[in-house]
Amino acid sequence: MLDATTKEMKPRLSGGVINPAKTCQPIGAMYAALGIHKCLPHSHGSQGCCSYHRMHLTRHFRDPVMASTSSFTEGASVFGGGANLKTAIKNVFTIYNPDIMAVHTTCLSETIGDDIPTIIKQSEVPDGKLVIHASTPSYVGSHITGFSNMVKGAVTYLAEATMEEKKEQVNIIPGFVNPGDMREIKRMAKVMGVKNIVLPDTSGVLDSPMTGEFDMFPKGGTKIAEIVDTGNSKMSIALGSFASSDAAYALERKCKVKPAVLKTPIGIKATDEFLMTLSSNFGKEVAKELEEERGQLVDIMTDTHFHFHGKKVAVFGDPDIVIGLTEYLLSLGMIPVHVLTGTPGSKFETEIKEMLARAGIEGSNVKAAGDLYTFHQWIKNQPADLMIGNTYGKYIARAEDIPFVRVGFPILDRSVHSYMPIVGYKGAMRLLEMISNALLDRKDRDSADEDFELVM
Amino acid sequence: MEQLALKDPKVIEERKEFISTKGAQKQQVKCDEDSVAGSISQRACVFCGARVVLNPITDAIHLVHGPIGCASYTWDIRGSLTSGSNHYRNSFSTDMKEKDVIFGGEKKLAIVIDELVEKYKPKLIFVYSTCIVGVIGDDLEAVCKKQAQKYNIEIIPVQSSGFIGNKSAGYRAACDALLRLIAPAPQEQLTNNGETSQPKEVKKKSKTINYLGDFNLAAEAWIIKNYLKEIGVEINVTFTGDSDYVSLKKAPEASLNIIQCAGSMTYLAKKMEEIYDIPFIHISFLGIEDTKESIRKIARFFNDPEIEQKAEQLIARELKTIESQLDWYKQKLQGTKAAIYVGGGFKAISLLKQFKELGVEVVMVGTQTGRKEEYQTISELATEGTVILDDANPTELEQFMTEKGADLLVGGVKERPLAYKLGLAFIDHNHDRKHPLSGFVGAVNFAKEVYSTVCSPVWKYV
Repeated sequence: MLDATTKEMKPRLSGGVINPAKTCQPIGAMYAALGIHKCLPHSHGSQGCCSYHRMHLTRHFRDPVMASTSSFTEGASVFGGGANLKTAIKNVFTIYNPDIMAVHTTCLSETIGDDIPTIIKQSEVPDGKLVIHASTPSYVGSHITGFSNMVKGAVTYLAEATMEEKKEQVNIIPGFVNPGDMREIKRMAKVMGVKNIVLPDTSGVLDSPMTGEFDMFPKGGTKIAEIVDTGNSKMSIALGSFASSDAAYALERKCKVKPAVLKTPIGIKATDEFLMTLSSNFGKEVAKELEEERGQLVDIMTDTHFHFHGKKVAVFGDPDIVIGLTEYLLSLGMIPVHVLTGTPGSKFETEIKEMLARAGIEGSNVKAAGDLYTFHQWIKNQPADLMIGNTYGKYIARAEDIPFVRVGFPILDRSVHSYMPIVGYKGAMRLLEMISNALLDRKDRDSADEDFELVM
Repeated sequence: MEQLALKDPKVIEERKEFISTKGAQKQQVKCDEDSVAGSISQRACVFCGARVVLNPITDAIHLVHGPIGCASYTWDIRGSLTSGSNHYRNSFSTDMKEKDVIFGGEKKLAIVIDELVEKYKPKLIFVYSTCIVGVIGDDLEAVCKKQAQKYNIEIIPVQSSGFIGNKSAGYRAACDALLRLIAPAPQEQLTNNGETSQPKEVKKKSKTINYLGDFNLAAEAWIIKNYLKEIGVEINVTFTGDSDYVSLKKAPEASLNIIQCAGSMTYLAKKMEEIYDIPFIHISFLGIEDTKESIRKIARFFNDPEIEQKAEQLIARELKTIESQLDWYKQKLQGTKAAIYVGGGFKAISLLKQFKELGVEVVMVGTQTGRKEEYQTISELATEGTVILDDANPTELEQFMTEKGADLLVGGVKERPLAYKLGLAFIDHNHDRKHPLSGFVGAVNFAKEVYSTVCSPVWKYV
């Protein structure tokens, strides 16, 4: 397939991208907004953006994705999009009747310089309804930046410190993960006995049960009252520094809520840290149920460690996910030889390199703001035993004939993934099963008759 | 409220003229207008229209000049198959950053082209403009011209800024790019002293046609190619399914243009008639009746008894092959009610006919970008009481499908989960279809798909 990729690597001076490992801010903002209960995300720009984002999210989640658009035409791009947004706000509340509308911008509305807060103030917003916004120019950052900006926007607009003393509750900002992951994070906090607000929370929205009825606003999502109440929480735990830390710091500035920025809890170590943070800050013992799960995880890691040890793995995807995954892969004795994210940000490279150095691994390729052409070139120069990444990795996996495990966003060619967590001990067990099956299936496939065995 | 016969519709006031019920109103449904701001439109943009039309050109570099999103979302989503190059399945973007937006992206574009030419040695590059490029005013034309001369290849700008209309405007931008491509190559036009000479006279090939508006989804263009070959008609080039630089250059040699997807290709056909004197006819290979009629129409055009005879033989043979299979499906699908919401009018018309062939009643039919004359035909074909609507949103779709008791929806990516949530069967008649729906074999596939989704045991658990 992508066999036009060359082995010879020349520095690319243009800054152009061949086969991106990221996409643009607005889709992240749209996804985050879907995690607010009865919220309609609104895309302020041309119709195409909204349509593409809904299509992409639909393909990944296989659930209806609702969002409205300002439907820019030439007039709007010359005279500004104010009139369009005002009309949109009026129409959205009349016809779809959400509790809240979350406006995000596009490269077009950003460039013509629409002043969204002023336009919102001048609009007719019905009593009791809310309009919030996030600035998400597509030419800055990536979809992760957009996600982060919308979550930050939500707390900046809505969170309030209304009580003298902070409540014994935690805000958990889960990052750009699947509804199945958000569900699992909520479960862990619940089992720990810590009152929590997860923001955003797309569980129950993008993995809602089938009832035979179409619900424009399914039951899930963080309620507005809960977002307001995040200002009263004792602390915020931001899972993943790229997607979640901004909102946690915004809450600290606005409402003096103590922030803690942790890794996305992928694998044993990051999950331990998440639970220990809950435990130490809320005076709760780690629950028996979770200890049992941890014990099971360690048990299967022991049972299978010889399958992984020393295997070379190439990982790409969103920064928080890749950072968590890399740590987990190291704990399995694997060697991450190529680690790449499309999202810009030097702390990605610093963090991964430190992890590799601590594990005594040298000579790995690590890059932020990279693309899959570069990733493919790396593999051509230094082959890997396994590849982990989103659907777009399938071209490379085929061209280089490497076992491939799909993790991340988007996954467009498989289903069910969005229901199944990769976070927590349960998620780690699932990842371990996926990785080990990919390697063992491959071994079965490649075995000569005399090496083909029943017991592996 | 006078436009609507349905009870309590949750419809924005401005939308009412875009919805009608066959038999209830004299007035035709309004179409071809901008969407209302704030609606959850199923429509896309100009860039999308241009990209889907041009992307199946297999050996071209499709370079999207803009921030990363536009290129990411259109990376290999068309489902067009290739028998040659795979270049078109990569995703190329200038990945514009803040700095480029402020200082202009022309310089970056030129360097990206340099690097892509070095890596891929293409004969042809399309450079698509996106919203942002339209606003900051990069001179795509000038950059493309300069780079084309530098490398002696063709680099064609596609004026597809997202906000300059809707998807239809993008079709037109794509057709304009195709017309530039079809024109003789610059090196042929240049005389020794660098002056432009008259294009060479085109030699027409008899019994050779261009097939416009098939994108070779799930190999559909190949099926039609084989049918026509059998009756003695050669396909010169398909616009644009599985086409490439060399084949497209030969387009003027055809003696007839046939158009399948009217929305995207009628403009190109008219222009080609004007410039190259190639007549065109509309055809459709979706459904048995349309396929039969289209094969006959093509055969009649050439006024050759041998071709007409071969056409009849092919039709008779194919019908015989599929007859019993179709009858079986027809029986199974008795009493089924279908709803249609697709991109263009041509497809909606074909689907109406196909459902008629299967004995399935259509209770709702709509499109994203249907034209006036297409809605006229839709209205004629629809049965009394059928809801006809343009540029619909999910709320409207839900409401009318529920009220009309539809069992099945035909649509695209975004409509699928909507139908499923309502407990309705669904067929993708857009980019995500994996079985060919063209020709006689396609008619059977269609019936099979309708059957397998409508009659799936899964609905028992809803």
